[in-house]
Amino acid sequence: MNAKEIRELFPILNQEVNGHPLVYLDSGATSQKPIQVIEAVQKYYHNDNSNVHRGVHTLGTRATDGYEGAREKVRKFIRAKSTEEIIFTRGTTTSINKVAASYARANLSEGDEIVISYMEHHSNIIPWQQVAKETGATLKYLPLQEDGTIALSDVSATITDQTKIVSVTLVSNVLGVINPIKDIAKIAHQHGAVMVVDAAQGAPHLKIDVQDLDCDFLAFSGHKMCGPTGIGVLYGKKQLLENMEPVEFGGEMIDFVGLYESTWKELPWKFEGGTPIIAGAIGLGAAIDFLEEIGLDQIEAHEHKLAAYALERLSEVEGMKIFGPKTAANRAGIVTFNLDDVHPHDVATVLDAEGIAIRAGHHCAQPLMKWLKQSATARASFYLYNTEEDIDKLTTGLIKTKEYFSDVF
Amino acid sequence: MSFNNLDTLYRQVIMDHYKNPRNKGVLEDDSLTVNMNNPTCGDRIQLTLKLEDGKVADAKFEGEGCSISMSSASMMTQAIKGKTKEEAVKLSHIFSDMMLGKDYDDDIDLGDIEALQGVSQFPARIKCATLAWKAMEKGMNEEDTAK
Repeated sequence: MNAKEIRELFPILNQEVNGHPLVYLDSGATSQKPIQVIEAVQKYYHNDNSNVHRGVHTLGTRATDGYEGAREKVRKFIRAKSTEEIIFTRGTTTSINKVAASYARANLSEGDEIVISYMEHHSNIIPWQQVAKETGATLKYLPLQEDGTIALSDVSATITDQTKIVSVTLVSNVLGVINPIKDIAKIAHQHGAVMVVDAAQGAPHLKIDVQDLDCDFLAFSGHKMCGPTGIGVLYGKKQLLENMEPVEFGGEMIDFVGLYESTWKELPWKFEGGTPIIAGAIGLGAAIDFLEEIGLDQIEAHEHKLAAYALERLSEVEGMKIFGPKTAANRAGIVTFNLDDVHPHDVATVLDAEGIAIRAGHHCAQPLMKWLKQSATARASFYLYNTEEDIDKLTTGLIKTKEYFSDVF
Repeated sequence: MSFNNLDTLYRQVIMDHYKNPRNKGVLEDDSLTVNMNNPTCGDRIQLTLKLEDGKVADAKFEGEGCSISMSSASMMTQAIKGKTKEEAVKLSHIFSDMMLGKDYDDDIDLGDIEALQGVSQFPARIKCATLAWKAMEKGMNEEDTAK
């Protein structure tokens, strides 16, 4: 895999920001889009735009084929058994909320437990807090070890026969940790709980096999994996989805509508009320084609190399504190840090003046920030278009930041 | 933009307030307390105000945040002491105009606050600078409705 050649396929990366070539290190927030994805969305609006599933006319058939074709691409991408198990949503947040609103509310009651971890994104915390409040269930947290990883002994100690839902992220958006989902799912199943996986930071970077993981639900977003914003996926095991009620009611999701009663379409459409995100799905399909042509194994290996290199280079900066595991083993391309007494916002502003885009703040993970005893942190996140040169520039930028603030002080 | 432009943001007086914050702490007794967060970035301020005869007799702040938010809080508490509520709120409006790059009333001596003018050129940082001022305005409004 040649990251420099891949970079050429991303038009946005070919620009100067504040007089410097753009160094984009914020793919954890959203990835950039290759020309193939931009063109697929444009082609759809240019030639094929029409509503789906009403296919009497030609454009309707093209739009439907494009939309359902994207569903099949997603199925293959995560190795699901059937397209009935692939529901298009607005993104990871909507996907998790759907599980909470439909499955959890119907199946949980007082005395039951929901288990999540300290490293979850707000979108894998708040839906469960709400479910707990409404059903009387208890929300429990898996503790983290010193280096930010989850120990299976803690998983075994936390999950009980009262646990009905376990929901954990595949990759932490702050620590970069890759969690042992397959093992956690096994423990969850031993106690009769369902396993929900937040794959927002996982799907863009790792090969996912939902059958091998044996997860019950898995959620991810298109925009973090080279696709458009506004499209996401909820995978669910068929026998669970079949017994769940829809969350949104209206057009597209019905079988028969009477005056006082209605029936729903079969899977997956009963969960897709309203005109779906057609262009988004087609764009996501193009993104999957793009990623698979390069190969997820290649992408993972590239990011692993970048993470190892970043850990090494950033450690050279005086006053650097890196959070999460100290080595690149089981780490995705995310490195979160703080630089002595320079606040992360100030770090981000100084780097921006050098054309380097990083994220600063709580990363939608306030409970984790509390665990780290930080009010905010800086985060560099990498993707297939980043190079070691980008990390060199980041390192130089951080050294300059340090110098700049020591001058001002 | 280069590091030279950064100097318009990180002026000496700002860094001085950041390093040596004025009025840091919490006022006891029956002072007015306002808590405010910037939910997008995690900055947090607790402002305590003591009002006597319609004037700000004392003001203190506690909080966590970047150099811009904390120095702005320091300058704000310094500026409003001794001012009437109306004057303090007016000052906040002037500050807001300054952040938005609008023409603002320059008859009033803004003192150290003037140094924050450069923030207006960094749109992503304006919310950092206005946090303490928004907290102060909220406190003044609450005081009004409490009456």
